[in-house]
Amino acid sequence: MELKDIIKEENLVYSKPKLLNDNTMHYCPGCSHGVVHKLLAEVIEELGIQEKTIGVSPVGCSVFAYNYIDIDWHEAAHGRAPAVATGISRVNPQKVVFTYQGDGDLASIGTAEIMHAANRGENIVVIFINNAIYGMTGGQMAPTTLLGQVTATTPCGRDLDRNGYPLKITELIGQLPGTSYVSRQSVHTPAASRRCRKALKKAFENAMAKKGTSFVEVVSTCSSGWRLTPIEANKWMEDNMFPFYPIGDIKDGEKAGPEAYFQQNLKTQLA
Amino acid sequence: MGELRLMKGNEVIAEAAIRCGCDAYFGYPITPQSEVMETLMNREPWDETGMVVLQAESEVASINMVYGAAGTGKKVLTSSSSPGISLMAEGISYIAGAELPCVIVNVQRGGPGLGTIQPSQADYFQSTKGGGHGDYRLIVLAPSSVQEMNDFVDLAFKLAFKYRNPAMILADGAIGQMMEKVELSDFVPRKTDTEIETEYGNWATTGKKANRSKNVITSLELDSVLMEQNNLRFQAKYRQMEEEEVRYEMIQCDDAEYILVAFGSSARICQKSVDIARAKGLKVGLIRPITLFPFPTKPIAELAERVKGFMTVEMNAGQMIEDVRLAVGCSGNSKPVIYFGRMGGIIPSPGEVVEALEQKLIGG
Repeated sequence: MELKDIIKEENLVYSKPKLLNDNTMHYCPGCSHGVVHKLLAEVIEELGIQEKTIGVSPVGCSVFAYNYIDIDWHEAAHGRAPAVATGISRVNPQKVVFTYQGDGDLASIGTAEIMHAANRGENIVVIFINNAIYGMTGGQMAPTTLLGQVTATTPCGRDLDRNGYPLKITELIGQLPGTSYVSRQSVHTPAASRRCRKALKKAFENAMAKKGTSFVEVVSTCSSGWRLTPIEANKWMEDNMFPFYPIGDIKDGEKAGPEAYFQQNLKTQLA
Repeated sequence: MGELRLMKGNEVIAEAAIRCGCDAYFGYPITPQSEVMETLMNREPWDETGMVVLQAESEVASINMVYGAAGTGKKVLTSSSSPGISLMAEGISYIAGAELPCVIVNVQRGGPGLGTIQPSQADYFQSTKGGGHGDYRLIVLAPSSVQEMNDFVDLAFKLAFKYRNPAMILADGAIGQMMEKVELSDFVPRKTDTEIETEYGNWATTGKKANRSKNVITSLELDSVLMEQNNLRFQAKYRQMEEEEVRYEMIQCDDAEYILVAFGSSARICQKSVDIARAKGLKVGLIRPITLFPFPTKPIAELAERVKGFMTVEMNAGQMIEDVRLAVGCSGNSKPVIYFGRMGGIIPSPGEVVEALEQKLIGG
């Protein structure tokens, strides 16, 4: 049997999603972004929504996400992706809009934008990559950096008195009535990646069904920022990140209806 | 003749937006321009034209909603007042860098800081020289009447789309709050998605179709050679605006020996000052820049050939005077250019303008 006898359509068991192009990714070895990009491309392709999906990329390592997935993209200012997505989605309600943001972008500089977009129940998907560090600027402390974690701006470890607490923003988002699906996932093993893919698919299906904001956190590795090898980084994440950022669905349901917020029609009352 | 109404300047901005086929307004309340969003919410244009109106959580969010919606080829408006425009500066810089059209209305109040809610023209530098980071310019229109608040909404959108550049209507609290007779524009339907795809499908994020490459709205370019090319392209655009878009009004300049230079509310006051001065036998004229960028450098330079001097009248510490001095200087004539103005929300009276003119320029 020769190679040409094996490489045949009927023998194909896996292929890269067509939306994921052949551009060389700028991500470091061991970085989770590449896997999440692939899952994202697979989900968009599987749902057949590539012609109506608009991605909003952040400032941070994934600023160039638009170089790798062949859909229309809008590159936002630092932290503002949920506002940009709101603008796109509101004037194009038939489109599927998602943001792809890191922890510095979403949970620090962009806290106001994500909280209010989710609280309005914007029909968008938010993909939140939490690697507990600022990757692109060289490994500084993020809002999600763990206590004691060494970064470029916490050389002796994150100190509670100086730096405050790591922010569990996904749990906060899960409290907002505008969200329908809030989940925390990871992509460090094939099984975890499959679960993450499922979560992403549900989030996009919710957006298509106008079910409010769907939010998927992916607890991720940053081997360069953490100064670890890719394998060590996976282990460090399991040992240190997962206990504080537990994997699983935080909310899976419907966004709240007005009944929960009105005892009577206030407009009529005031009139 | 269009429909005549008695309206506030701020209300007219809202009405004109609906009538010119605007797709969306995103804003945040701030005095003295809150009537823009209030009027829109009362008019409920989403039922009438499908226009989206959304109150954002901040000016930062408003301008980024504008950024997102404008990226899809839609006609998008926001409005604010001075402190709010400062918050929007980041977003405006991104919109200029990503070459998107949009209209921003600044109903100025006095500063710096929280300052006052009274009228001011102290954001001249901020509006005409960039405002945010990086080398960019806005197209800046300065209305001096409620009628122009109406007319400039459509004009600003036309210019914004012609150049794919943000345009600003630089009003002030006086124009925003005062009521005047206004002839409203006729209704123009919003563009359909098909029209947008046909006209702007080569750049707008309308969803990547199989027959075109993807569209990416971004201001980012890490390759310095390519970024410099972007900068040069922006500059060429600004030079073209200077060639083609200068707008101004000359009032009694033909035989004038002294020229007042004023925009917006100040120009309104100076019209009266010209009358008072003329009654006194003084040959005074007024040039009113309508576009603050591009600035009417050439007509001022031409006036410098034959007049005795200029006085700018501004509700700030003297900002536009720098552009007037440049224009006069470029003409090769060393004519005096002086400034008179009030600050802190005080509007100069026509009489004190004439007094300053007599004392500082004619007698000086």
